[in-house]
Amino acid sequence: MVGIAAWGAYAPRLRLSRKAVTEANAWVAPNLKAKGKGERSMANWDEDALTMAVEAARDALGPDDNRSQIDALYFASTTAPFADRLNAGVVSAALTLEKTIAASDVTGSQRCGLTALAQALSAVAGGGAKTALVATGEHRKARAASAQELDFGDGAAAFVITENPGAAELLGRGSVTDDFVDHFRGDDGGFDYYWEERWIRDEGIVKLVPPAIKRALEVAGLSASKVDHFCFPSTFSGMAASVAKAVGIKPEAVRDNLAAVMGEAGCAHGPIMLAHALENARENEVILVAQFGQGAEALVFRVTGQGQRPQRGVTGSLADRKEETNYLKFLTFNGLVEWDKGMRAEKDNKTALTTLYRNEDMILGLVGGRCRETGVVQFPRTRISVAPNNPAVDTQEPYRFAERRASILSYSADYLTFSMAPPNHYGMVVFEGGGRIMMDITDVAPGDVETGLPVRMVFRIKEVDEKRGFVRYFWKATPDRAAVAAHSAQAAE
Amino acid sequence: MPQGIRDKVAILGMGCSKFGERWDCGPDDLMVEAYIEAMADAGIEPSQLDAAWFSTHVDEMGTGKGGTPMSIALRLPNIAVTRVENFCASGSEAFRGAVYAVASGAADIAIALGVEKLKDTGYGGLPVANPGTLTPQVMPNGSAPGNFAQLASAYRAKHGVSKDDLKRAIAHVSVKSHANGAKNAKAHLRKAITVDQVLNAPMIAEPLGLFDCCGVSDGAAAAIVTTPEIAKALGKKNLTMVKAIQLSVSNGYESQYNGWDGSHFHTARIAAGKAYKEAGIERPREQISMMEVHDCFSITELVTMEDLFISPEGQGWRDVLDGFYDADGGVPCQIDGGLKCFGHPIGASGLRMLYEMYLQLQGRAGERQLSNPVFGMTHNLGGAPASNVCSVAIIGQEGA
Repeated sequence: MVGIAAWGAYAPRLRLSRKAVTEANAWVAPNLKAKGKGERSMANWDEDALTMAVEAARDALGPDDNRSQIDALYFASTTAPFADRLNAGVVSAALTLEKTIAASDVTGSQRCGLTALAQALSAVAGGGAKTALVATGEHRKARAASAQELDFGDGAAAFVITENPGAAELLGRGSVTDDFVDHFRGDDGGFDYYWEERWIRDEGIVKLVPPAIKRALEVAGLSASKVDHFCFPSTFSGMAASVAKAVGIKPEAVRDNLAAVMGEAGCAHGPIMLAHALENARENEVILVAQFGQGAEALVFRVTGQGQRPQRGVTGSLADRKEETNYLKFLTFNGLVEWDKGMRAEKDNKTALTTLYRNEDMILGLVGGRCRETGVVQFPRTRISVAPNNPAVDTQEPYRFAERRASILSYSADYLTFSMAPPNHYGMVVFEGGGRIMMDITDVAPGDVETGLPVRMVFRIKEVDEKRGFVRYFWKATPDRAAVAAHSAQAAE
Repeated sequence: MPQGIRDKVAILGMGCSKFGERWDCGPDDLMVEAYIEAMADAGIEPSQLDAAWFSTHVDEMGTGKGGTPMSIALRLPNIAVTRVENFCASGSEAFRGAVYAVASGAADIAIALGVEKLKDTGYGGLPVANPGTLTPQVMPNGSAPGNFAQLASAYRAKHGVSKDDLKRAIAHVSVKSHANGAKNAKAHLRKAITVDQVLNAPMIAEPLGLFDCCGVSDGAAAAIVTTPEIAKALGKKNLTMVKAIQLSVSNGYESQYNGWDGSHFHTARIAAGKAYKEAGIERPREQISMMEVHDCFSITELVTMEDLFISPEGQGWRDVLDGFYDADGGVPCQIDGGLKCFGHPIGASGLRMLYEMYLQLQGRAGERQLSNPVFGMTHNLGGAPASNVCSVAIIGQEGA
């Protein structure tokens, strides 16, 4: 039986206070004042759909950096950074997956996260893949003072699909495809254009979602009343309950859509709600997840209760939060404010694609080298070893740094250099087991960093070449808050 | 150990332009200013120059590449001009080339000239560097202060020095240099400052505030070198001799191998050790009369006091606070104001340091003159703590 072996999730650490938004916009949009409750997840300037999907995938895959079992990768997003460059290829390189995997980008609709999951399940069920990885992330842009900017959130979820599921087995799938345009976004990279809410609800969701759910339950051979967890994202209040009622799912099965704590993360939100349900569900419970978008996608799972639980998951991601009340910062991070970056930002960020490819595992995978003779670990990998007493030649094997524990040796918080989030923190990071890298430190504020601080690696945007529309990625250090907490707990004892 | 350069080459003349925001001058004008002074001091004609070494770092901003900018600006008689570049230690590299040419016998008289025109960027601080195609894809988007500031965090951690104590010590470094620079007509910054001003200045890169950073200046400096025999034949007495020139360059040990602790300069210790040996100096704290070190940032100067083996490791900050490096201290440091106040036109700085040591040894330092200096040391650094080039040169009295 095919199903989910492991899952993971990611929500950016920043949580934008909706009250801060509605108060700032009250002069122009007093109608939105009632939405000024709770908070939404907010990507840092160096996060996008792709980086968040990588983090969710790492959460699902766990700390073992041998990922050679993965033979298929599905990346789903409607906000992928590239329209013509395989985004899944970047995910694959970041995760150091094998070059021989099959990989695809799934996009085009809010249901594409679940579609990618369904395709991965089908591939494994059909024998086309043995272990498939699904990674979905979303970072939607909305106009200032729109309802969407309050409703949306940023986030990601990922699943490992195998024939012998540890976490949940697939019972059935149902799909409906109908060109119902509740909203759309053209290829100009602009904003979503929405039609009237009442029409979307009454003519769209209420009519198109139930057939998909019914079909999935029919395949599963289950009645709707057997559903214990109903995951259905919608920004319309009470929508999931109405759909549940329409198909006969019991009201108490309707799950919290996390609107109050993170907002709706687009096509990743169905997957995020599924991941959240897996974290809470008991063995043998039935989870039904559905998402609307030019029809609907519905999947039914039975929880098998084994397999690998994520280190962080949705629960852990939501717990690791920092409130952001600066609405202008949110607008700036999302490119909605033309701000004075200063002359230092004028440098050309053109990326030499030859250099990028030649150093692909180093840049995207954080792969260095380990000397076969001395065991000395270094970054980057070089022909002549850095070991001071034994500069052996051509003895280095690839060595992955991304999942290693590390700490800060030296750092500064730099106000002079250009940064999207000044001061720019960077420093020398030393790794347990050897190796060191001078690197950016992200998700920190002045006072957070000191020599000795435990850090972990995160995959982030390094620079954006606005002139050519290219995004550079690399790894950064961020405080290992779990290690810091464990250390302080130990110190207290 | 090779025989070394000690006492083989004498300084025939030196020149240095006024440093500062030279809105009125391009790099050519700055070169001419230093050159004319150096030639007059040496008392020679251009036809007597056999070879030239020319240092400049930010060629995109200033002169352009190659040897032609110097040859054209100074109308040199079609002699060899070698352009050298080694980050902020470029000036010392020009000097090393000229000295080695004379020592080898390939040239009787050689000139080293360094220049930098930095104040055509439109903003404060150093120009944003062009780091090639790989570095910007992995290295932080940093700045010079951000790189050097990291010494402070590692030094505090290694030696158990509190943030406040270290901040006060590096503040004293700058207060001392401002006091010295105020007495130097050619210096860029000529106002004395107080510790409180340093402590309360805007933050540039934690923990370095505005007054912890050196001036970004336009300027040029030049040295003309020859053999002691030729110098004497030209009527020179009281010769200033080259005692040692050493250069140590990082090979990735600091930045890629888990050995270096981030609190000091690995290369400076190597270069200093070799330079003392070359010059025959065994007790630097007693024997070195004065120093010009690469105080690009106050914390750099502080850790350098230990790297040059003048202060014991971990005690440099105490020596600084005790005034050991002040003008009236045990080993006066930055008597001309240093990079901090004389200024830091990158390609010229190594030669500017030598210029002050030369003036002091010649007894021509005016208000700043120290009594009877014997050995003057220069320490000229380029790059960043984790990856750099470090030049240490010692010049001194003939016979010392």
